[in-house]
Amino acid sequence: MSHHYLLPDISQPGKIGCSLPALDVPTTELPPGELLRQELELPEVSEVELIRYFTALSKLNYGVDTGFYPLGSCTMKYNPKWHEDIARLAGCASIHPLQPEESVQGALQLMFELQEYLAEITGMDLASLVPMAGAHGEFTGLLLAKAYHQDRGDKARKRILLTDSSHGTNPASVAMCGFEIGVVASDSEGNVDMKNLESVMNEQVAALTLTMPTTLGLFDPRILEISQLVHEKGGLLGADGANLNAFLGQVKFGELGYDYVQLNLHKTFSTPHGGGGPGSGPVCVKENLADFLPSPLVTKHNGTCKFLSPAKSIGRIANFHGNFGVMCKAYAYIRSLGAAGLKEVSENAVLNANYLKEKLKPYYHLPYDRTCMHEVVFSGRRQKAKGVHTVDIAKRLLDYGLHPPTVYFPLIVDEALMIEPTETESKQTLDSFIEAMKEIARDVEENPGILHTAPHNTPVKRLDDVRAARNPDLRWEMRSQGVG
Amino acid sequence: MPSPYVPNTDADRSTMLREIGVGSIEELFQDIPEKVRHAQFKLPRPLSELELKRELSQLASRNASLDKYACFLGAGSYRHFIPSTVEHVIGRSEFYTAYTPYQAEVSQGTLQAMYEYQSVVCQLTGMEVSNAGMYDGSTAAAEAAIMACIVKKRGKVTVSTTVNPTYRDVIRTYIQARNFSIETAELNGSISSDSACLVVQQPNFFGHLEEIEACVQKAHDIGALLIAIVDPISLAMFTPPGRYGADIAVADGQALGNPMSFGGPGLGIFACRREYLRQMPGRIVGRTVDVDGKPGYVMTLVTREQYIRRERATSNICTNEALMALAATVYLAALGRRGLRHVAELCYHKAHYAAERIAKLKGYSLVFSKPFFKEFAIRCPVAPSRISQALFKDGIIGGLDISHIIDNGMLLCVTEMNTRQEIDKLVEILGAC
Amino acid sequence: MNPKEYKYTVEHEWICPESKNKGKVGLADYAQSQLGDIVFLDLPAPGTQVKQGKKMGEVESVKAVSDIFAPVSGQVLELNQTVIDEPGLVNKDPYGAGWLVRLELSKPSELDALMDSEKYDKFVAELSEEEPE
Repeated sequence: MSHHYLLPDISQPGKIGCSLPALDVPTTELPPGELLRQELELPEVSEVELIRYFTALSKLNYGVDTGFYPLGSCTMKYNPKWHEDIARLAGCASIHPLQPEESVQGALQLMFELQEYLAEITGMDLASLVPMAGAHGEFTGLLLAKAYHQDRGDKARKRILLTDSSHGTNPASVAMCGFEIGVVASDSEGNVDMKNLESVMNEQVAALTLTMPTTLGLFDPRILEISQLVHEKGGLLGADGANLNAFLGQVKFGELGYDYVQLNLHKTFSTPHGGGGPGSGPVCVKENLADFLPSPLVTKHNGTCKFLSPAKSIGRIANFHGNFGVMCKAYAYIRSLGAAGLKEVSENAVLNANYLKEKLKPYYHLPYDRTCMHEVVFSGRRQKAKGVHTVDIAKRLLDYGLHPPTVYFPLIVDEALMIEPTETESKQTLDSFIEAMKEIARDVEENPGILHTAPHNTPVKRLDDVRAARNPDLRWEMRSQGVG
Repeated sequence: MPSPYVPNTDADRSTMLREIGVGSIEELFQDIPEKVRHAQFKLPRPLSELELKRELSQLASRNASLDKYACFLGAGSYRHFIPSTVEHVIGRSEFYTAYTPYQAEVSQGTLQAMYEYQSVVCQLTGMEVSNAGMYDGSTAAAEAAIMACIVKKRGKVTVSTTVNPTYRDVIRTYIQARNFSIETAELNGSISSDSACLVVQQPNFFGHLEEIEACVQKAHDIGALLIAIVDPISLAMFTPPGRYGADIAVADGQALGNPMSFGGPGLGIFACRREYLRQMPGRIVGRTVDVDGKPGYVMTLVTREQYIRRERATSNICTNEALMALAATVYLAALGRRGLRHVAELCYHKAHYAAERIAKLKGYSLVFSKPFFKEFAIRCPVAPSRISQALFKDGIIGGLDISHIIDNGMLLCVTEMNTRQEIDKLVEILGAC
Repeated sequence: MNPKEYKYTVEHEWICPESKNKGKVGLADYAQSQLGDIVFLDLPAPGTQVKQGKKMGEVESVKAVSDIFAPVSGQVLELNQTVIDEPGLVNKDPYGAGWLVRLELSKPSELDALMDSEKYDKFVAELSEEEPE
């Protein structure tokens, strides 16, 4: 395949991949030579070669448009194609963030409405659109909790509680905010262990971060008790809202007792994942945290929208005001669904996940045998006993033209397989996934070798990540040519 | 009407409910306390695709977009030419509907493109290693400052007064979050001997080149790191950070093939010395081989990242701006060394032409005399807001009002997108104010 | 399997006492098998003071990072440059060529607090029986 070369391999001096205009003003003397660059070594290719190269690369990739992509916790739902048309409108793409506010009222209006819609959807009072990813939003939420307690004059709150099933970004975000970490255990049903929570929740805890539903795909029925306990001790309750697809249009975080929640527009609100980004991670808060929101917020007064810095803002967390290009798409998505459409999303997402759960549980160990929400977590331990690990199952799924689920997360499940189908998959697709998983379970018994050597049908086979880590080769190098 | 994005039919749903063993979808939500289960949502009625496009077009048309207006505004977001190849490549759904390349065997497109991205960033900046990108230039700068504190085991950072004020604000938020401290300093003054790093911008916020070697020396004399915030297009003309001894170089890659998009998504470029590789935040792609010896690419050194190292990770970053990094790679490949140099020269000469003509206008003067690239600050005879209004009436977005820093100051930016006619018109209107 | 002359910690480090209050330190076989292929070692430089039970370095595999704890207090005399260049030696030969550092013990009586090979064998056997869920 033509991807076995890199740009330097097809580069030749004198080629160029686009045309540029000539200078139309008189030249000015250049600065002194010692300030100037002597060599600039970048590849030189024609447009033809450029397009062929990147087209060939794209064909090595698997996206949602290729097939089923059931990564748990990622909500890989289909991205409506009108997203791209909307984002490319000149009025969305070709506006400068610092233009006079009168000249961008359409953009500010969109942001203002999106703030309102997200607040409404989560049952909170306000939303900030500034955070540029979920982890960024988590960081923001914790900064809000910190500011809230400092403002109350409470200097003892130095700890954040996380569950033992939390996503890696949760503890990393806590460390970025200078807090200590306390851990709350899960019980055998996958819910918060209430006795454990009672023992660790005290006046030194600033907040509990509780993903809902949890990363096990389970809704904790005692959420109202949990929020009461946390509040009684003067703490805040924050959510990692990554799993909102589970109860979108049915349940409001605000009514569960949460004080702040960060969302992922590139998950729940269908904006494309882009190979790892861009995303957007708005934070929705109750009134008690509104003054601390990052700067700027969009406000509307007498029909005119303006940027405003909240009275006791934690400050700026981005150069501008968030990923507007992503917001446009999420805004359009909400406008296309309405309240009934949102509910349809979560109903079908949960139905699809439970269907997979029932059909797969004869073949794979289900650590929590109860109704799941939008995702289900299996354990590969039955297969491990036969010498086949979850990674082998994942690699074999690639041979069926299917993207595997999330593997080895959450950490509290041995050989975890976390499957999130989303609402945009049909029963027919789910059935072919089930068939593949059944065949794999059979191969574990009858032909495990084929699983250890999988994948066989992909552009490359299993890659040596030990070599990649021991001898990191992170770039090519091109050497000396003079500047043109 | 059924949704085009929910493929299951009523018949499918009935079958599935039967297989699950429940009578209704409602039953699947039984873990949720009854009293919170049926929330009401006040949202506008849903729109079909046709109505949606109309609605969004209307909103978009209420913006003074730069396909209709000339633009002399920079200050962190830049109007540069985007070749059509860029949009064509990132518009391929195999790229934009993929996720983080956790399953490397079916993500070689994304991974190889990121390896190319890391390579061209190193070529452009002269640095030894690059990550696969961060959110934007300001958060990249903030994460660089934190990394310096971790590497040097010191809890203070120094930021030059000539760094973009919003970048300074973001660095402050991140640094203070960790309970570290931040000081600002004039570059010709002294910096605290216990600082972990000196953060400078080159060219600086006002568009001018600093005496960068002296800055590097100042930092290294106290055993601190030098962090350079750079303009990626300027690197085609001016000495790159790897050459003048920067330890970490950051930039916003929006200028490389990405639209301004009202401020986001941008692209946080982050490159550093190889000796600091293990403290570098963000994803990194490495080249390796598969079991057949075929070359391939994987995310590597993942033990630095949040999902392994959790609270001991340098950063919590997970999702980044991968598609924007791909756009930057295509852009740099399309322009090549010759094209990028030409774009830089167009910016340079056009900006200097504008500056020269404005300097000759009565009541106007250039604030600084040091060499500059594509941005420069002027002093105006009247409030910049009045000038901006006059410009806007004539289809021009004027420069940034910086009168809170410099009396009647305006920061102008001229790129290859500004024609001579636009510049002449700008000068004409300025002259009339 | 686990050498009889060595002493072991609950964190799966070993120390092989040598004459004149010195000792070589490394990771036990259980540690290397749990970690998987080791890709990087962060070890304390010669001259560094270490304290029993306190973190003295880090070991990274492809999928995990773990602290290395000092089995006894003392000063680092040398580190094994070969294993720095070839971290895989810890997997291949954890008790021999995969040694990490040599210490000068400041409190040799601390050795008594460690497990001998019999106790350690039992400790590891019990760990392997535990059911992870």
